[in-house]
Amino acid sequence: MNSISELSRLPTAATALPIAVAPRAPSLWRGGLAAAAAWGVAAALTFAWPDLTPLARTGLFAGLLGLAALALAVVATLFGQSERLTRLRALDRWLVALPALLTAWQILTAKTGLLPLPFFPSPQSILEVYTDDAARLVESAVHSLLLLVPGYLIGGLAGFTAGVSIGWSRAVSYWAHPILRFVGPLPATAWLPIAFFVFPGTTSAVAFLIALSTGFPVAVLTSSGIGSVNRHYYDIARTLGATPRFLIARVAIPAALPHVFVGLFMGLGASFAVLIVAEMMGVKAGLGWYLQWAQGWAAYANLYAALIVMSLLFSGAISLLFLVRDRALAWQKGIVRW
Amino acid sequence: MVTTLERPQAQQTDTGIAIRIADVSHHFDGKGGELAVLEDIDVTVRPGEFVALLGPSGCGKSTLLRLIAGLGQPSRGKIGAGGVRVVGPDPSRLLVFQDPTLFPWRTVRQNVALGLEARGVGGDRTAQVDAALRLVGLSDFADALPHELSGGMAQRAALARVLINEPRLLLLDEPFGKLDALTRMTMQEELLRLWRDRDFTAIMVTHDVEEALLLAQRILVFSPRPARIVRDIAVDLCPSRHRDDPALVALRRDILATLGH
Repeated sequence: MNSISELSRLPTAATALPIAVAPRAPSLWRGGLAAAAAWGVAAALTFAWPDLTPLARTGLFAGLLGLAALALAVVATLFGQSERLTRLRALDRWLVALPALLTAWQILTAKTGLLPLPFFPSPQSILEVYTDDAARLVESAVHSLLLLVPGYLIGGLAGFTAGVSIGWSRAVSYWAHPILRFVGPLPATAWLPIAFFVFPGTTSAVAFLIALSTGFPVAVLTSSGIGSVNRHYYDIARTLGATPRFLIARVAIPAALPHVFVGLFMGLGASFAVLIVAEMMGVKAGLGWYLQWAQGWAAYANLYAALIVMSLLFSGAISLLFLVRDRALAWQKGIVRW
Repeated sequence: MVTTLERPQAQQTDTGIAIRIADVSHHFDGKGGELAVLEDIDVTVRPGEFVALLGPSGCGKSTLLRLIAGLGQPSRGKIGAGGVRVVGPDPSRLLVFQDPTLFPWRTVRQNVALGLEARGVGGDRTAQVDAALRLVGLSDFADALPHELSGGMAQRAALARVLINEPRLLLLDEPFGKLDALTRMTMQEELLRLWRDRDFTAIMVTHDVEEALLLAQRILVFSPRPARIVRDIAVDLCPSRHRDDPALVALRRDILATLGH
């Protein structure tokens, strides 16, 4: 009986195999071709339609648009169905909308001047900032990061430690909780004038305020996370012979970790605000300072260019935090949807 | 402070441990003054005995279990385990709750190893964990996370987590209360098998009369709060009894009458 059913299955498997292996039609990606066409049209229009007043980087801009068109065309024809490009393929409508938007923007600014200068610079003049003022932008970005990263890490660590202590110890909570409730709601930027004269230098003052703005939400959420741990977890661990140290490190902290990451996320947002305001007010470097400087010269293209850099940096920082969180909270997959 | 209350009759090295609950009363300090939960509880549980605590929900049975586990001290009276006064939790006396309360961030294997890890037990834990998982039939789910398990499987994992520590007393707080009827029946049989194989003393809180009758050698019936023991019933039936056993049915009617039904 068994051998018969096996026999009857064999031929099907044998015929099914070649079909699966048979070469597919060329792996075309239609959305990608449409996108390539859109970028190509944008490039041609940029190149062929003369600027109202000739701009320095129109040629480069057209070239970059054309390069994007070429790259998309190659990818769409040769590797269109590749597994690796699944996420890119999902963006096919954005890939058409983007050149359309760039073209519209360009027509309204460089080509017709319908939007008034200097408030509405053309895309090619923003490109010009990147080619001509790259050194200053990079220096500003690096300076901002050198303030942000240490401040955020110190604040996150301090807030976490404070939060664990407050959540765990009744005595610490008794003293720290009212202070947190009273001082915590003050925006860190409100401390700027005081910090600038209390600290020996502006750098340490701002790093401290970034740490403060990060530490506060992290502390509050960590302590509330520890406070809301299922009491039975402790009962189980205690009867199994856990020491207080084990209860904190292996029960309380892992159970509170989802809250901690919410705190870290909120703290990151707060730290961006402090960083930029502080750089605008007192620090003589960084992206905030660059914004202020650009505004002073009515260099709006520089302003937008700096905003784009800032957005990339900050969204990159958030992505990094999410990456760490997804690693640390991998066990939540299937329970919680972020 | 260690006070000797009673010498257990059986050899002390044997798994099951004797429990002496001597004139225990307990109250909580609530907003409206003291809330009495336990009143003059005086019971001796023999080593290896399977005792069911039966009574209306919220009467204080679970509080008694916590006190035996050492997770609290009675307001009055003493509790002894194996002749030694209970002053705190100990891995020889372990709890299983109605909820499996597995740690969601740990795999089944890591959950089961919790006790060994907490006490810093060295050596090859893997073999021990594997044996415990085999015991409850969860070998294939060693690396699953708790949320991937069904209710019955999660409760099996919770059992493995305590059994790996070779407890001398198992305190079960409505362990199968949240399982569906069929799973509950399987789990009851499993528990009975484990109890017979391992010889631990078992004290189980339940408000399911039939469950008490199926599993226990002795049933303590509690009054509503503050809980007093109103009846102490020996169940003289063979361990592999059936729920349709006429003697069992008669006892059930009797107990239900005591509980006011």
